[in-house]
Amino acid sequence: MQMAVYLLWFFIFPGLLFMAVVGAFLSWFDRKITARVQFRKGPPLLQPFYDFFKLLLVKETILPKSGSGFVFLLAPLLAVFGATMAGLFILLPLFNIETGFRGDIIVIFYLLTLPSFSYIIGALASGNPLGAVGASREMKLIISYELTFLLIIAAVIMKSGQKFDLNSIIAAQQSGTPFIGSISGVLLFIAGIFCIQAKLALVPFDMPEAEAELASGIYIEYSGPPYAMIKLAKYIMLFILPAFLVALLMNGMNPGINIVWLILKILGVVLLLTLIRNTNPRVKIKQAARFFLVWMNLLVVVAIVLIVFGL
Amino acid sequence: MGFKDYCFRKSLWVFHFGGASCNNCDIEILDCLTPRHDLERFGILLVGSIRHADVLLVNGSINRRDKDRLLELYHQAPKPLLVVAIGACGCTGGIFAEGYTFAGPVDKIIPVDAYIPGCPPTPEAIIAGIVKLAGKK
Repeated sequence: MQMAVYLLWFFIFPGLLFMAVVGAFLSWFDRKITARVQFRKGPPLLQPFYDFFKLLLVKETILPKSGSGFVFLLAPLLAVFGATMAGLFILLPLFNIETGFRGDIIVIFYLLTLPSFSYIIGALASGNPLGAVGASREMKLIISYELTFLLIIAAVIMKSGQKFDLNSIIAAQQSGTPFIGSISGVLLFIAGIFCIQAKLALVPFDMPEAEAELASGIYIEYSGPPYAMIKLAKYIMLFILPAFLVALLMNGMNPGINIVWLILKILGVVLLLTLIRNTNPRVKIKQAARFFLVWMNLLVVVAIVLIVFGL
Repeated sequence: MGFKDYCFRKSLWVFHFGGASCNNCDIEILDCLTPRHDLERFGILLVGSIRHADVLLVNGSINRRDKDRLLELYHQAPKPLLVVAIGACGCTGGIFAEGYTFAGPVDKIIPVDAYIPGCPPTPEAIIAGIVKLAGKK
């Protein structure tokens, strides 16, 4: 019986199916806002579903001649698995479902890096030189932003009074004030937004999949169903990372009608990401590394010092 | 019209191959993606890798060097693939048809699904061609 509940959680709600549908909707939202910013009309509501099913059902899969076919095909599945597991650990506390697992925030941190790593593995297994350049850039980007992301999580743990699970962090905010209501919380939110931007490889930090010079870089050799899996992982990540930020800093969800408020918060974070992506040029990998390793880390360290003084 | 066909038709991703073009057609193709004409409302995106492409746009006269590249691109693309020849040069050879480096119009090299003539075709003509292509089969 318990097993059936777990499977339901993993595959239906709040698992794969739910996250894929909401993520696809958010992807449409992102493209529509981009279009409106550029005074265009934008794609129809079901566009992400058309893209996904076209890739999954219609297109042919091509395996690269030089390279490892098995690893090449395994990497997208690994990306979807990592994104789904991380999303499960984020969404269960967010919807106030008690799992009884302490210390899940560390697991979330590790699982969230799994999609990026599997993109790297897939790109290197394809044997394409442009894919290899994209993989090396993605690796440098991970090295740059992971420390900042870890520091943000550490700061949130400190602020909640040494709580290592998302349920208690949300509960600590709901009994007091949301963490974003303080100076340190605002600083953490700014750093968190930029980390998410880099994790999703959106425009200021999209050098791994630069269309202009690398011809979509790490995804260059993917076609058909494996590319559909990558799209799915990207849809899920576009949903769960803003949801994670909402859970960490913005109060999660109170029971009842407050689900509308939760939806508005997630849409607001995605809107912010989209506006940043539409108003900035792509930076060089060196500039991105300096931005995270110096400035964002400094910001988070200042926030941690403020937390120590109770601000 | 089945579900698969419908999805395919609603999400055509375009890869642009410019042969020995005079760049007029290239500029008109880019015009289609600008705010005024906005092809994304039909789900059309310009992609950078042939592996993601559903439509191969070919413009410009195809000379002997281009021919090998075009064939290679056609074989690298995942099927089903639609091929569109744009402009007088792509459709028939235009003023270059008698040239000694000319390797035949596009349909002598690879099968073509739609022709959009004009020198250059207007963005409206290109959109009309794409819409007809999406309604084909």
